[in-house]
This record gives sequence, C-alpha cells and structure tokens, in this order.
Amino acid sequence: MACIEARGLRKAFGTTIAVDGVDLRVEEGRILGLIGPNGAGKTTALNAILGLTPYQGELKVLGRDPWTEREKLMRDVSFIADVAVLPRWIRVSQVLDYVAGVHPRFDRAKAEGFLAKTAIKRSSKVRELSKGMVAQLHLALVMAIDAKLLVLDEPTLGLDILYRKQFYDSLLNDYFDRSRTIVVTTHQVEELQDVLTDLMFIDRGRIVFACSMEEFESRYLEVMVNPEQVAAARALKPIHERQVFGRSILLFDRVDRQQLAALGEVRTPGIADLFVAVIGNQPSGAQGAAR
Amino acid sequence: MNTPSNVMPESPLESQVAAPPVIPATRRLYWSVRRELWEYRSIYIAPLVVAAFFLLAFLIGLMVSPAHRHEPLDIPYELAAALIMGTAFIVGIFYSLDALYGERRDRSILFWKSLPVSDLTTVLSKFTIPLLIIPLLSFAIAVVTQFLMLLLSSAVLLGSGLSVGTLWGRMSFFRMSLMLLYHILTVHGLWYAPIYGWLLLVSAWAPRAPFIWAFLPAFVIWGIEQIAFRTSYFLAMLQYRLAGPQPSTTMAYGGAMMDMLSALTPAQFFSTPGLWIGLAIAAAFLAIAARLRRYREPI
Repeated sequence: MACIEARGLRKAFGTTIAVDGVDLRVEEGRILGLIGPNGAGKTTALNAILGLTPYQGELKVLGRDPWTEREKLMRDVSFIADVAVLPRWIRVSQVLDYVAGVHPRFDRAKAEGFLAKTAIKRSSKVRELSKGMVAQLHLALVMAIDAKLLVLDEPTLGLDILYRKQFYDSLLNDYFDRSRTIVVTTHQVEELQDVLTDLMFIDRGRIVFACSMEEFESRYLEVMVNPEQVAAARALKPIHERQVFGRSILLFDRVDRQQLAALGEVRTPGIADLFVAVIGNQPSGAQGAAR
Repeated sequence: MNTPSNVMPESPLESQVAAPPVIPATRRLYWSVRRELWEYRSIYIAPLVVAAFFLLAFLIGLMVSPAHRHEPLDIPYELAAALIMGTAFIVGIFYSLDALYGERRDRSILFWKSLPVSDLTTVLSKFTIPLLIIPLLSFAIAVVTQFLMLLLSSAVLLGSGLSVGTLWGRMSFFRMSLMLLYHILTVHGLWYAPIYGWLLLVSAWAPRAPFIWAFLPAFVIWGIEQIAFRTSYFLAMLQYRLAGPQPSTTMAYGGAMMDMLSALTPAQFFSTPGLWIGLAIAAAFLAIAARLRRYREPI
C-alpha cells in the first residue's frame, strides 16, 4: 500500500484553481520534497492530504479518506502545518500533558528527552519562547509520536540557519527510519538536498517534475564551461544556462559525464538550479520561479 | 526473532502490540476540557474576584453600620450568589463566543487538528464549559463566599457580645446551598443551553467580530418583526429564554428568587416543553458548529 495515493486531485477556491488534477504516489519510507513557487498549490495539496480541506478527485492517505476520517488518520499522521501554530498561552508542561492525554502513540519520555537537549523550560509558556525554541518544541512533540507519515509545511520558515540545520539533523538522526514517510515543503531547498529521497516540483497547481534523488544525481549535471568551449557545450542542448561571474554554467539532462568533463568543471546541480531550469522552461511559468 | 528468548514472551506481548492503541473518547474529552481551563483562566478568576470584592464590602458594611446586624440577613447572601452567578454567566457568554473563534485567530487550530481529536469532541468539550463547568465553579465559589459571610457575621456578633444563636438558627445554610445548586444546574446549565449553542456556532463560523454576528441577527429579526407584523413574538421568546422557566399560576406572589425557585419543582421543570425544545435546538447548533469547524481554516 502506498502511503499517499492521489488521482486527479483538484481543489478550487472560487475561480482560482489551487490544485489542478494532481496524480501522486508516495511510497512508504520516502522523504519527499515538494518544491514550488508561492501560490503553486503546495499548501493546498498538503491540506487535502491532512484532511484540513475538502477536495475533488481520489485521495487515500494510509488507505483512508482524509476528509471524512481525519480523527482516525491523525493517530498515524503528524504534521507541522506552519511555524508558530502552537497556542501562545500554553505551558510546555501543559502541551506535553495534553498530547499525552489524547494521542495513543505519543511517547512522553521521548519528548522529554528531546526537550532536555534544548534550553526550553518546562514551566515556560509558548509566548515566552523564541521562534526557534517554539519550532524545537513542536518538533520534539512530533518526533515523540510514532507516526507513519509526517508532513512538514515550511517547518523552518523564519528560523536562523543554526536552528534549521539542527531541525533537519535531528529529524534524520533521531526520527527517520525506513518505515516512516516524510513529506516536506520549503523554500530553503539547498538544505534539503542531502535529506530527500524524492523530489517533486509543483507549479500552478500541477506537478511539473518528479524524480528520485538517485535519478536526479545520475541524470542532471552542471558544467562551468571554459569560455572557449561555450559553443561546443551549447551544441549538447543544455536545458538551462546562466552566467556567474562572467562564466557560463550550463545544466544538462542525460548527457555523458565524460563528454562534459572535457568542457569544464562538472558537478551535481543544486535543486534550486534545476528548479529554475524546469519552471523556467514551462510556458509562461517563469515569473514566480526565482523566489 | 530466531533466538528462544525472543520467542518466549511473544504471545502475551504481541497481542498488546498488535492491537492499535486507542484512547477512550471520555479521556480525550477530559483533556480537552482541561485545556479550556488552562486557556480561559477568567472562568474562575472573574467570579473569584467578584466574590473577594463582595466579601470586602460585606465586611466594611458590618464594621460601619452595626445596625445591620439585627436586620434580616438573607438578602446579602442572595445578592452574593446573584452577583457571582451573573458574573459567571457573562464569562460564559464571552467564553462561548471566543471558544471556536480564538483558535482560528491564533492559528492554533492547525495544531489541534494535527491531533486525533474529532471536531465533535472539541465542540462538546467547549460546550461543557458553560453548560457544566462554569455553573459548578460559580456554585462552589458562591457557597464558600456565603459561608465566609456567615463566619464574618458570627465573628462580629461575638465581638460585640451578642449571641450568634439567632443568626445560625435563622439561616438554613444547607437548604440555601441546595436551592442554589438546583437553580444553577437547571437554569444556568440546561435552560441556557441553546444560548451557549448559538454562541458556539457563531464562534465557529464568524469570519471576524463574532460578538456582532451573535447579537446583530437578534436585533434584525426583532426590527423586521416590529415593522412588518407589528408583533414582538421574537422578543418575548428571548425574554422567556433569558428569564428562565416561570412557575405557573400557583406562584402568584413575587417573593425572593429562592422562594420562587423552590416552587418550581424538578418535576415541573423537566416537564416544561421549553426545556426540551431548547435542548434540541442546542444539539442542532452544536452539530452545525462541529461541521463548520471541519471546514474552517485559520483567519
């Protein structure tokens, strides 16, 4: 059974189509990065998966219909929908009590263990914590839940680089194992490059690109082309070309590494560069891509 | 798995592990109610403050006008109860209006919805507060206040060398408390249930300013009825709901609140159609509120 399976998933707000017929299949044990410009429909798609919004089309998460079975689904799914959704009035000890009280798969000792590594005091209220600490607290709660699927929507937005690094490190080291599935959206794609197993680009409500990271690494190569060989490189039909400090950097899809090595310095491209290439090649889709 | 030590405890343990862990609905409700008390501390702080001020005023009254010592003493006791209950009622109204609106405003609804608690459980836990928790709390606070008043009076009487026998003899403290409990649970709880239900519904729906959305329709309906039909059935209905079930003709004389209530026996109260109509309406409002919460997103 696939963890998430969607066919023709569609969601419109009035005349605006947020998700436009998405087909999606996420297998167990994957870490999927959902990347897209603002307003591409990422959050809407995730909200449908989490049972937060009604939708059209077929959607099964862990075999359940999220819209009608949210309560049952949430025993096996946890999510961080946004930064700073923890209520500001609650105390750290209270939120631990509450989640332990209502969640059958919450391991309080584990959460306390994660919190012990932070500077978060048990008697503090959420409003007294810094933004980074709130994210740490939420992550500690979520990681102590023995869930099959974890959904993270911009979980590190607005956090400084230290917290972001810690966030993904503890997620990978202390939480992830091959039986869990993680779906994450973010704008800070570079930090995710080593974390993900699968990559998906979404633009204007549609999935415009999907591949596994192994495929990504074997298929795409970026070459900083020696000035005198630019014409030769262009003949190999790069999917994207950009200029950095007067040097041309060309991105190739399925071109032999040996052949490229003759033209300049070869490396695996960043997700962001591929994103710009893919979204930029979409008809009239380049506007929001650079953000 | 292939070592004997692992195989041995398998049968008892495996059955525990295999069964999906489930938390009973009552426990989820219990924690959800506790959560409300953490968030809305005014539920108990407001009546406590009123009680404290009342006790202070009562004490000053005892000090400065000793003449009161010989007057009938029931009235300040009933006033204390009425003030505390009135405060609690107002707190209940504001609580109900904010209960399902506040979680959308501060976006915490996204956190609550990430936990396996249904919308109905959440709505019911929030309904429990004005229906049961606030009435019981205000009852406890009122009784303790009255008891402290009795002690203060006794102390002042003793201090001035008078006998406290008449005071304690005239006060039927236990009966008064029992009547108060009955009044609070029936009127403030059950009879007002549709009011709380309506407020929760508005709280779940309102895009902003739930206070206005809760009370504006009443004015509009009243105004339209006045202009179009020159009647005021709607106003009469609201008055009937707010005033509580009135004793029938057997209670012609006015008298104090407690006397009036003692006349309305449980049998009479529970056979009032208005009670059951109100409860049915409250149930409908709550069902709609739970349904609305499913669709609602942060504001």
